[in-house]
Amino acid sequence: MSTAKEDILGRIRSSLSDHPSPPEPIRNYRRTSKLSKEATLEMLVDRLIDYKANVFYATEETIAHRIDELLQDASRYVVPVGIKESWLPEDTARRSRIFDAGNLKKAGTLSTRELDSVNAVVTNSTVSCAETGTIFLNTNSDEGRRAITLVPDHHICVVKEDTIVELIPEAFERIDYKRPVTMISGPSATSDIELIRVEGVHGPRTLDVIILQ
Amino acid sequence: MTAVSLGMPRVYHGEGNIFETEAFPKYAAKELTNEQLRANLGFATHKIRTKREHVVGELPDWQGLRTAGSMIKQRVMANLPEYLEMFEKNFTAAGGHVHWARNAEEANQIALDLIRAEGVDEVIKIKSMATAETGLNEYLRENGVEAIETDLAEEIVQLADDRPSHILVPAIHFNRTQIRDIFLKKIDGVSVDLSNDPADLAEASRIRLRDKFLQSKVAVSGVNFGIAETGSLSIVESEGNGRMCLTLPDTLISFMGIEKLLPSFEDFEVFLQLLPRSSTGERMNPYTSLWTGVTPGDGPQNMHVILIDNGRTAVLDDEVGRQALHCIRCSACMNVCPVYERAGGHAYGSTYPGPIGAILSPQLGGIENEYNSSLPFASSLCGACYDACPVKINIPDVLVHLRGKAVDHEKAQGDFKGGKKDPHYQMDAMMFGAKQLFSSGKLMSLAEKGLPMSKLVTGKDHKISKFPGLVGGWTKYRDIPEPPKESFRNWWKKEAPKASRRDSSERVDIQALIEQNKGKVVEAHQQAEQRGQTIAHPAEEKEQ
Ligand code: SF4
Repeated sequence: MSTAKEDILGRIRSSLSDHPSPPEPIRNYRRTSKLSKEATLEMLVDRLIDYKANVFYATEETIAHRIDELLQDASRYVVPVGIKESWLPEDTARRSRIFDAGNLKKAGTLSTRELDSVNAVVTNSTVSCAETGTIFLNTNSDEGRRAITLVPDHHICVVKEDTIVELIPEAFERIDYKRPVTMISGPSATSDIELIRVEGVHGPRTLDVIILQ
Repeated sequence: MTAVSLGMPRVYHGEGNIFETEAFPKYAAKELTNEQLRANLGFATHKIRTKREHVVGELPDWQGLRTAGSMIKQRVMANLPEYLEMFEKNFTAAGGHVHWARNAEEANQIALDLIRAEGVDEVIKIKSMATAETGLNEYLRENGVEAIETDLAEEIVQLADDRPSHILVPAIHFNRTQIRDIFLKKIDGVSVDLSNDPADLAEASRIRLRDKFLQSKVAVSGVNFGIAETGSLSIVESEGNGRMCLTLPDTLISFMGIEKLLPSFEDFEVFLQLLPRSSTGERMNPYTSLWTGVTPGDGPQNMHVILIDNGRTAVLDDEVGRQALHCIRCSACMNVCPVYERAGGHAYGSTYPGPIGAILSPQLGGIENEYNSSLPFASSLCGACYDACPVKINIPDVLVHLRGKAVDHEKAQGDFKGGKKDPHYQMDAMMFGAKQLFSSGKLMSLAEKGLPMSKLVTGKDHKISKFPGLVGGWTKYRDIPEPPKESFRNWWKKEAPKASRRDSSERVDIQALIEQNKGKVVEAHQQAEQRGQTIAHPAEEKEQ
């Protein structure tokens, strides 16, 4: 008896007995931006706000202070091991950071339950697409494994200015598909009830984006 | 499995929820009225349509993207065996397992075996058309496994023990108060003070499902795109339930139609621009996940893809109809369809409703199926679906083609009556009128589309016979009269005033149009005949 695979491939070949040979696809769409850096940044910020993300600006000097403010209500927050430590505010009596090693098979990685009990997560990002308002996380060591930016209810995400591009194809060039990719455009949302948009269902309900100049 | 002819079958049709035969036994008992469904659906389609037009208009290269999308999909279909094997090789190399299923039953069986191997009796699910098509949830339930839908709308529908009414907003037929009542009745431990504020309702769902997400060992998903060259998969979603399902469980089982592939990572950039704008009318949906097999210590370590035929190879067999396989399930065609807006999505038995359903279901399941054979007639051929389709599927063209096939089949069955009193004929006459209406405004006329007129009117053989229930399954269980009991025009006379939520520039007195167009069908038909043949295939849009 033939296998399902053989059967299906056989059926396809028989269905294609007319041997269609379509031409090479024409890629008549924008693949390189003509926008200035400033305009691209402005576009990204506009779209992020449109999606109800909160946008802040910081420099290497001010970012720790900014994150400190954003973490106001948090007592414990998780960060990926590769995060730049100078970005993080000093731990206080009320608030501490927890490092996640990024691999459930390794020590120093939080269980899902533990993750569920932290208030926030702070990560870097790989690239952001202005035209769609999308931040790409590529599970680099300063972005962490996928679960840490999913389970906590508050995501503080750093976007370095030089990682902002205008177009999706430009963003794709900076992505390594061999590692998991999560593309984020605003906090999680639903419009399932009477088409009224509600921010925050299962993913983080608050997305704070810090543009790092 | 349904074979087309005796002896060695030439094509193999699918099974499962792709037929217009399904009655909704409990549906009549529901308290919700059809008026509400219709009003909500009208509201939804209009709102999404407006948003879509806005964000599509933002892109100067939209037509270029559509062309690229269409051409990429043509390539996929032409080289499907190679791409499937390439995908299998790369996904396997990345630590995943690939299974092949000839039909719905086999796909369900494979999933059940995998679930049993993990020793669980509950799985979490992210919305998937493919598992709806195979009827996976029901199958699992019969075999002692509960499948928990985690998409809010699907969750509502599941808790209400109902069926989805729209591909994109499956619970649009419930209003917030009804949803609150469903939650109060069905969610254990929910606060009796639960309000009907959508934010509170979403919160109730968040709390209910959180534990499931954190505990579940196995998740089942569909797939939006598979990439042959890299062995990657992608899922596009809004709520984060998808990310939960794709990230937290140990085992992930993904159902994927064999047509879902893209050749390369580069092609994905085209579709990621086409899908969200066409679908929810957003520049981008909140979350898109892309993963390539197993990542050690991050996400499911046990990863399975089930590649499903279930009639897709039969669709591929039809040179005109195979473009239906290009569909990326965005639902744009439904939101612009005047017939869908009126008939609603609830009244269908197939998983695939609206214009795409009208060409996909009969091809997947075979036009020979009595109810499916009426589906291609459920259209005014106004062309709005074609204009909206992000991958340029020429739905009107395929509809006309399938009408011909349906008639051929009926004729072969000796089922053939013909004549002007035939409901098919009247349907077409009316639809032709309606078509004029939509083409008179912003939409292109039929002539501009270059549709083969002679087939349009009455099918390839110029006579059409039996019409099983007006607009087939689409109108079942609606608050409109059963069509065979009265003439179409009488039906329409009563229905027309209730019909339109379209803006005034598009609104029309259909009855007057029918009168006006009385002779036109025959005329158009004759003209086409005189010109000696059908009009050529639509010219490609001038777009660059
Ligand atoms: S046929 Fe086109 S418009 Fe309709 S759902 Fe499929 S891709 Fe979207």
